[in-house]
Amino acid sequence: MTDILKSGGTTPAARPRRPAGPLKRIAGFLLSIALTFLGLLLVTFLIGRVVPIDPVLAAVGDRANAETYERMRIEMGLNLPLWQQFIRYVGDVLQGDFGTSVLTSQPVLDDVRRAFPATLELATAAIIIGVAVGVPAGVFAAVHRGRWPDHLVRVLGLVGYSVPVFWLGLVGLLLFYAKLDWAPGPGRLDVFYDGLVDPVTGVITVDALLAGETEIFWNALSHLILPASILGYFSIAYISRMTRSFMLDQLRQEYITTARVKGMSETRVIWRHALGNIAVPLITVVALSYANLLEGSVLTETVFAWPGLGLYITNSLLNADMNAVLGGTLVVGAVFIGLNMLSDLLYRLLDPRAKK
Amino acid sequence: MTAREWLLSDTPQSRSQARMGRLYGGWLTFTGNRLAMVGLGIVVALMLMALLAPLIATHHPFAQDLANRLQPPSAANWFGTDQYGRDIWSRVVYGSRLTLYIVLLVALTAPVAGLLIGTISGYLGGWTDIVLMRITDVFLAFPKLILALAFVSALGPGIENAVIAIAITSWPPYARIARAETMTIRNSDFISAVRLQGASPTRIILGHVIPLCTSSLIVRVTLDMAGIILTAAGLGFLGLGAQPPLPEWGAMISTGRQYLLDQWWVATLPGIAIFVVSLGFNLLGDGLRDVLDPKN
Repeated sequence: MTDILKSGGTTPAARPRRPAGPLKRIAGFLLSIALTFLGLLLVTFLIGRVVPIDPVLAAVGDRANAETYERMRIEMGLNLPLWQQFIRYVGDVLQGDFGTSVLTSQPVLDDVRRAFPATLELATAAIIIGVAVGVPAGVFAAVHRGRWPDHLVRVLGLVGYSVPVFWLGLVGLLLFYAKLDWAPGPGRLDVFYDGLVDPVTGVITVDALLAGETEIFWNALSHLILPASILGYFSIAYISRMTRSFMLDQLRQEYITTARVKGMSETRVIWRHALGNIAVPLITVVALSYANLLEGSVLTETVFAWPGLGLYITNSLLNADMNAVLGGTLVVGAVFIGLNMLSDLLYRLLDPRAKK
Repeated sequence: MTAREWLLSDTPQSRSQARMGRLYGGWLTFTGNRLAMVGLGIVVALMLMALLAPLIATHHPFAQDLANRLQPPSAANWFGTDQYGRDIWSRVVYGSRLTLYIVLLVALTAPVAGLLIGTISGYLGGWTDIVLMRITDVFLAFPKLILALAFVSALGPGIENAVIAIAITSWPPYARIARAETMTIRNSDFISAVRLQGASPTRIILGHVIPLCTSSLIVRVTLDMAGIILTAAGLGFLGLGAQPPLPEWGAMISTGRQYLLDQWWVATLPGIAIFVVSLGFNLLGDGLRDVLDPKN
């Protein structure tokens, strides 16, 4: 994944690369972001054009006469050449106009704005779990290389790479909700708490705290834990694997030996010196896995009836609501690209070696 | 001289002996890795299951028996029955054909496309390289599953369209790998020698560059198989992949969802099949990487 990031301003390798000034590098970075976003727009635009659903027919209904149909077609700009339609589309999206959802008959932007905080809440909780478990697990595995903690982390990682997230969600519901009754059922809140808190941020746990409703906060949190753990498990697999390999690199270095020879405690050597040195690459790993969680959330949200963007996109898909699908895809894609770029930027800013 | 000594000889007498010896050495490394052998076993078992499905299955995968619906696992129905009384074990067995079909189709299209784009881009350089790599980057920057969803929505649900959507979203990493390999190959002396003999770029790319790129690509493809299976199952689960009554594992989980709390076997058992198969491909890929890609 990281190789995407290092490509800002692709140059043919045959030509020796001239050292570029900071201004030129920033310009190159911005240009590559702009081009990637434009590519995203082009893809969603083209998908919208090849769909076997006639957007004009969807708007006027199948009982409209030929004249009305033609008028609507011109009004929607579908008589223009493709490239002009694309420019129109980019203009609309830049103004925040993603069209109207057929399913909810509301502007897609409003729908997305309502659904996004739910996804954000789920993904953020998942990444917190991923970092809190994944980093120590990776460190332990590296320190006890070849012994049981290492094997355990390796097996957990392998399972994480092989298990379907939606199946794990269903098994989790079956086990912790139906059989053990430890976790509440699907959804973000119990029904009788629904709508009691004014949405300020849209993130229910935060809203409940802002309103001082601790009971609702705990209820929301209990609903969050199971889906977030299931989703977080997948980032634990990735983060622990990367932490382990970064740590192994560090523990081989001579400064570690020096620190030990000086009589420094093992805890300090590992958790402060070695871990401190891998903080920068770890941040990029975390940012990347946060981006991947957005993707995993599509399936998790479906299983847990979590009213986020993923559920919104799949529901719209099953109802052939193209504006909503493409709008949702665009937003998730944009956030994903943004996070990728951010992790790249953080790496360049924080790691002095990258500033050559 | 035994066959083993002949293969492991330090002074091979012929090109074929050297080649066979290398293959044998790789095989020894591979078999020494117990987990990789487990992976190979799982993958071979999957292939046999798909090939011999009529012999292994106890029932016809579509045969309904409404009197016997939603029965728990028993001697007659090893994995129980679903909402139409169909035997889940037989459906899982026949489902291996669909899984293999999807994996093979993706594995035959996406890496080939990536290989061509990557080698052309890396060998020709210049503007071709800039344009092709920019397109690759755009595709790489997308969330794969979301993009596959959007493509399936445009193409319509179905197993072939799911394959197309997965292939469209999975070629860019192969292009990147192939380009990186090509860049190191193209400046080597033997390529210059071939070029001086008057070989065309097409001939050089197809005949000399691509064969050298394949081994690292094979490793990557094997490691990606699990991801392909999981994505295809995810699309099936969302109702966008294989359509009923096809016994695709993800779609089976999706229909079993509504019976989850009382008839757990309908949804959970096909999931275990997905898990075992993708675990097998992951283990196999790890083992192959150790053999074919000693750099890591």
